[in-house]
Amino acid sequence: MSTSPERMAPDREIQALSHSADSLQDRVQRTLDAARAQGASGVQAVVSHSVGLELSVRKGEIETLEYERDQSLSLIAYFGQSKGAASTTDFSEQALLDTVEAACRIARYTEPDPHAGMPDPALKAGEWDDLDLDHPWDCDAEQATELARAIEAAGFAADSRIENSEGASVSTRRAIAFLGDSQGFMSGYRSTRHAMSCALVARDDAGMQRDYAYTVARHSADLDACEAIGRQAAERTVRRLGGRKLSTRSCPVLFVPEMARTLIGSFTRAISGPAQYRHSSFLLNAVGEPVFPDWMQIEERPLTPRALGSAPFDGEGVRTRNRPLVADGVLQSYTLDSYAARRLGLESTGNAGGARNVTVKPGERDFAALLAKMDTGFLVTELIGQGVNAVTGDYSRGAAGFWVENGEIQYPVEEITIAGNLKDIYQRIVAVGTDVDRRGNIHTGSILVESMTVAGD
Amino acid sequence: MIDSLAQQTLLDPAGLGDHELTTLLGTTFGRGVDGGDCYFQFACQEGWSLEDGIVKSASFNIERGVGIRVVRGEQTGFAYSDDIAMPALLDAARTARSIADAGQSGRIAVASRAPSRPALYAPENPMDSLDEQSKIDLLKEVDAAARAADPRVTQVMCSLSGVHEVVLVLNARGELTTDVRPLVRLSVQVIAQQGDRRESGTSGGGGRFGYRYFLENDRAAGYAREAVRQALVNLEARDAPAGTMKVVLGPGWPGVLLHEAIGHGLEGDFNRKGTSAFSGRIGEQVAAKGITIVDDGTLEGRRGSLNVDDEGTATQQTVLIEDGTLRGYMQDEMNARLTGVQSTGNGRRESYAHLPMPRMTNTYMLGGEADPEEILASVEDGLYAVNFGGGQVDITSGKFVFSASEAYRVEKGKVTYPVKGATLIGNGPDVLTRVSMVGNDMRLDPGVGTCGKEGQGVPVGVGQPTLRIDGMTVGGTQAA
Repeated sequence: MSTSPERMAPDREIQALSHSADSLQDRVQRTLDAARAQGASGVQAVVSHSVGLELSVRKGEIETLEYERDQSLSLIAYFGQSKGAASTTDFSEQALLDTVEAACRIARYTEPDPHAGMPDPALKAGEWDDLDLDHPWDCDAEQATELARAIEAAGFAADSRIENSEGASVSTRRAIAFLGDSQGFMSGYRSTRHAMSCALVARDDAGMQRDYAYTVARHSADLDACEAIGRQAAERTVRRLGGRKLSTRSCPVLFVPEMARTLIGSFTRAISGPAQYRHSSFLLNAVGEPVFPDWMQIEERPLTPRALGSAPFDGEGVRTRNRPLVADGVLQSYTLDSYAARRLGLESTGNAGGARNVTVKPGERDFAALLAKMDTGFLVTELIGQGVNAVTGDYSRGAAGFWVENGEIQYPVEEITIAGNLKDIYQRIVAVGTDVDRRGNIHTGSILVESMTVAGD
Repeated sequence: MIDSLAQQTLLDPAGLGDHELTTLLGTTFGRGVDGGDCYFQFACQEGWSLEDGIVKSASFNIERGVGIRVVRGEQTGFAYSDDIAMPALLDAARTARSIADAGQSGRIAVASRAPSRPALYAPENPMDSLDEQSKIDLLKEVDAAARAADPRVTQVMCSLSGVHEVVLVLNARGELTTDVRPLVRLSVQVIAQQGDRRESGTSGGGGRFGYRYFLENDRAAGYAREAVRQALVNLEARDAPAGTMKVVLGPGWPGVLLHEAIGHGLEGDFNRKGTSAFSGRIGEQVAAKGITIVDDGTLEGRRGSLNVDDEGTATQQTVLIEDGTLRGYMQDEMNARLTGVQSTGNGRRESYAHLPMPRMTNTYMLGGEADPEEILASVEDGLYAVNFGGGQVDITSGKFVFSASEAYRVEKGKVTYPVKGATLIGNGPDVLTRVSMVGNDMRLDPGVGTCGKEGQGVPVGVGQPTLRIDGMTVGGTQAA
């Protein structure tokens, strides 16, 4: 098929937000005013809007071209200690009034909670430094098509065993959001997020394997090159061919950074406010306790310029700050919003909406040195299923990867599980690599765990 | 004749009549276009949640919009708008159509499609089925029942949610179909503590009806007691075994096995593209003789059921595996057309802002002959798993997992002691060939499942009888 550029580029600017900052701010203010008029003693409102383009190419042809345009208005209304929440995607005046009315109606039925209410005004964000989050990418459908074709072509060219594709895709999105409340807070910012990815299928006598590669960034200049993504997707796919099971055993396990991130993700959930006050955490009341080995440091860095998890204030307008979560292995703090903080008799840590840019301090070894340190064991490159019990820390997940001997990869492994208990797994971390992956909200290098149970044949 | 509720909700507020819809059709489709649709949707949802014995929060959400999709060959152009008004619709239509030839559009007439069979659920808004105070009282009843069940219960969290959804699909042929879909769910999670040990248990149910379902037959309190029972069992659980062994799966929700092991692999898109471990295997034996598995969107009131799918096609019962042999795939319109078959009514989407894909509805295995007791008694050494969390599958390699949340060790034909939750892993194309006994106790799940694919969640159902599988890898920590 030949698709002319004219047809692929309708006359609309991809990155042009169709609601101005002023109009969104005005909508927030009218929502606050309407809720106050209904008798709310406190109210928070968020209006967000985003536009984007996502294009995918499969076997050289455009497969889907999606134009995204989203908007939403949400509010929480407090009547004393009772609260109600409502949201809508409809931006008509009537919908605004209906949504406010719904939140207020609900608040008349919910029961008072002594810990409910607006955040402490003293903790609110004032002026903040620009976090460098808004970098629109002037990528239209025509350019996205060229990029996606280049990615996929590099993948097919990399290895003759790549015989099929789930496609290469390019996406760009720009968003603006304003948060306002009845304490006089009104602030917002724009942000962008661009990504490219590729998923390929390889075949040999034993069957098919699929794998993928991706790149994501706030600024298009920070994206990996098309050729690198395609080649990486091909290498990752082909190396899985001929996977075998292992026999059941205990052995060291090395998590590549993308998988190491999931171990740290369980940690951030366990120290979140709700997990603590619901007593549904395997790290209950663990502040001051050694959770990791005494050489490990973990920080939350929400103010890192251009990072994907950065934000100047949290979902309640409380200022965020860079702070230690784990120092010399000891848990320093939970991640709390105002409600959780009041429940626990503490102060909000600016974590309404979660932890941001959780960063594990890298050690001294690169990936090859970690393989050498492990010597013999299992390198895990993929985990499937849930299999983590947040209350007990019991851990059992499906895994794929490679068997390693003498620090060298021997053969691909699939259809096994790895298991243990997270409290124990954290204490048995032997090393963190320098190969830090920053493509998400958790930044960590590879993590080597001294021993886990592998279940197979 | 357009369903009056759909017309009042979606078309009248925007002043969309026959003339406007004809204009929209002409702008969107016509020459050079093989398919697609304008998908109008209104959905409102409420959620009430109880924690610490009080209903402290609730939310109400409204979504309204239209997604316009133009399909040409294997290509799809898509745009959506939160604004159902003629200028925004025409803008989205021209954008979506940029995928297709810029040929002359023809005139396409609008023709309403009447339902082909009686409705599977009532078109009422479930939120109106109880007043607000009764919803709160229902949650309090669950809380009280859980706390009364055992003094070791330290936390009870429960939630009640209801969705009222109105959809109108106007396809490229001008056929107009509507559906009004209720959906409710009640979920409960408890934490029980004994000494320093804490364990959780979860339960719940729901379907396409009103909230009164939970008031009948002591259901709500029953969910509470079931969650407590699970938590107490887990307080006694020992480390799970590690290794390959015989596994007996209980009836009902453990059917998540079928959803992961074979369901996703039989979706039409993966098979058209040749990326599924089941691609090109129709007619081959992929399960033991005697095993029949269907996907059925026509079960009355079930969570995964639909009168019509999100492309306006009536749902049906599709035989996937018959007596062990692979019979067919689940199809939406595009994948059916490209592979020369008919849609099976499995074209589903999360909302107007998402593209439809082949998705499951209610997927289950028909019952067999064996008495469940007899199945357990036949196992010398193995695992009996009766409750599960979620699962996941790699459809290309066929490897899948599902994670047990309540399981027991079986020794010499007897259930001996509970073990901690563990993930079970297997290979989709051969796991069902290892089924050696099929129980006579086929059961559907209680109505709690949500399936995720490419970032889109849709409600689904599963079911199965008790099964004995001779050899699955159990991911515990104790060498077996």
